[in-house]
Amino acid sequence: MRPLTLRRLLLQCLILVVILFVVVVIALKFGAVPVSLYALGRDLLRVLFGQSSQISSDYGLIIQNIRLPRILLGILVGASLSVAGTSFQALLRNPLADPYILGVSSGASLGAILALIVEPHLSFSPLFAALLTPLGAFLGAAATITAVYFLGRREGQIDSATLLLGGVITGSFLSAIILFLMSTLSGSLRGLSFWMMGELSTPLQKSVYWFLGIGFLVAAGVIYTTASDLNLLLAGEKEAMHLGVDVPRVRLVVYIAASFLTGLAVSVSGSIGYVGLFVPHAMRFMFGSDHRTLLPTAAIGGAIAVVVADTLARTVVAPTEVPVGAVTAIVGAPLFIYLLRKRPA
Amino acid sequence: MSPASSHARHLAEAGRLANEIRLSVEQVSYAHTANPAQAPLFTLEATSFQARPGEIVAILGPNASGKSTLLNLISGALTPLSGRILLDGFVTHSLTPRTRAQRIALVQQESPLLFPARAWEFVLQGRHAHGRSLRFASEDDVLIAKNALAQVGAADLSGRWMDQISGGEKQRVILARALAQQPLLLLLDEPTLHLDIAAQIGLLDALRRLAAANRYTVIVVTHELNLAAEYADQVVLMQRGRCLRVGPPANIYQRELLEQVFQTPLSVEFGSSGRPRVTVLPGT
Repeated sequence: MRPLTLRRLLLQCLILVVILFVVVVIALKFGAVPVSLYALGRDLLRVLFGQSSQISSDYGLIIQNIRLPRILLGILVGASLSVAGTSFQALLRNPLADPYILGVSSGASLGAILALIVEPHLSFSPLFAALLTPLGAFLGAAATITAVYFLGRREGQIDSATLLLGGVITGSFLSAIILFLMSTLSGSLRGLSFWMMGELSTPLQKSVYWFLGIGFLVAAGVIYTTASDLNLLLAGEKEAMHLGVDVPRVRLVVYIAASFLTGLAVSVSGSIGYVGLFVPHAMRFMFGSDHRTLLPTAAIGGAIAVVVADTLARTVVAPTEVPVGAVTAIVGAPLFIYLLRKRPA
Repeated sequence: MSPASSHARHLAEAGRLANEIRLSVEQVSYAHTANPAQAPLFTLEATSFQARPGEIVAILGPNASGKSTLLNLISGALTPLSGRILLDGFVTHSLTPRTRAQRIALVQQESPLLFPARAWEFVLQGRHAHGRSLRFASEDDVLIAKNALAQVGAADLSGRWMDQISGGEKQRVILARALAQQPLLLLLDEPTLHLDIAAQIGLLDALRRLAAANRYTVIVVTHELNLAAEYADQVVLMQRGRCLRVGPPANIYQRELLEQVFQTPLSVEFGSSGRPRVTVLPGT
């Protein structure tokens, strides 16, 4: 017997944090304008020590004002989507669940778009107006997962295939509504590829990063308190109850927190798919399926995955950019098919 | 005997043996409805029995007689329509899931595992209700899990994957997880189903030994008339949602009664142990 200890957990997270650091440095170096590692190191130190004003080179400005915020956004979005995917997989007892496949991302997109449409007509304070989009996205995500959950239920049990099909069709239905709205309304809404495939290229206000960071920590922290309940829920709700899990409470709390994380990510980056699918699987493969390990490693792994995908999206056909969701889908969709075929009947 | 006088007798008995009664099922009924506007699909009529520590109670009856419903009521998963179930004086269905899991363990038909787990990880799940949600397994937990595996003779299975062991081995690991809960009441839903005869005897011998050693009260739902006769201290005989008789096997195993309940001709003999033995007589 080798039960999980805090030391082993921290060690696993440390390994991933080191990998994330390396990935971030690589992501900072590559781009339309090449930057030498020396200049990168020098300017990063200046940023860290609060001497940003001394950064005079154009390279430094590119790094500080364009690449670094974008990488930070990738980290937050990747971690959020990956934790949401891990949670949905456990609650729905479905290894193929992911916010994008279940249609939850499309629901969040639609919610965000509706919020953007409504916002100019309401006279809110600027702070609340800025929060309206993530709120709309959260409500859209929560409504969609509720609908898909009931679509996937047959005779009181969640049927895996019905659930996935229900999710895919719901997503396609919601995407059609988004397309409809986008073609009838013009104006300040972001581009179609943002909502459909996801992008990290739009610069955001500094306060948004704070909101994202704190929102992620709170929601992921709440989910983490149920980590060992989620382990038992994998065996079925009835069994979990007999082992002492307050199933309705855990289910409600985790659905809300996971919808919130999805809404958070979608409101700033659109629908980036499959991150919540392949990252938890990769982490399970490496570190096992205990959620006390899986949730934190999936968060860091999700950050790594999205930063890597976005670096590829920026560089493979530079100076043109590919939507980051296209990169994750090219990796994720074949993996989905593989898992679908491998799954026991 | 009318239900009322039987209830009075049970109450008197409860008074006399107050320290000894662990589980008291008191006039418990239940109705299963698909749609509240319609007549219930299944009803369990008022059922009463009591069990002491160390006792094995078998719930017997044909399909759809209400055995599993009764077990689910005892486990607290279902709330009775009327009556109540007391475990050491506490009403089982109003305990929190956590407290309930510290006192009642249920061994049921195993559900498929979504992701592979090793036997020791599986057994440690039984400690969930005893720890805080975020606490990592303590040395005590590990020791209790090891003991549980040893008690069912499965210490050597500890490091094996759950999807790579035989049905009988799996059933023992599931029992070990229930033991790791350190319950007062151990409930088993057809534990011998899908097991070969040696594994069945092995499991029931283990149960009898454990019930005696740890003072568990054991409730087993089963179809196996002869295994129940051999191992049970008390039998609860069910038919179409009614509890017909409660008592030691020797009092329950009467040819006419069993023939009527199970709708099949059979004979009952008593061996040297004083335990009854049923032979089914097909084609007569």
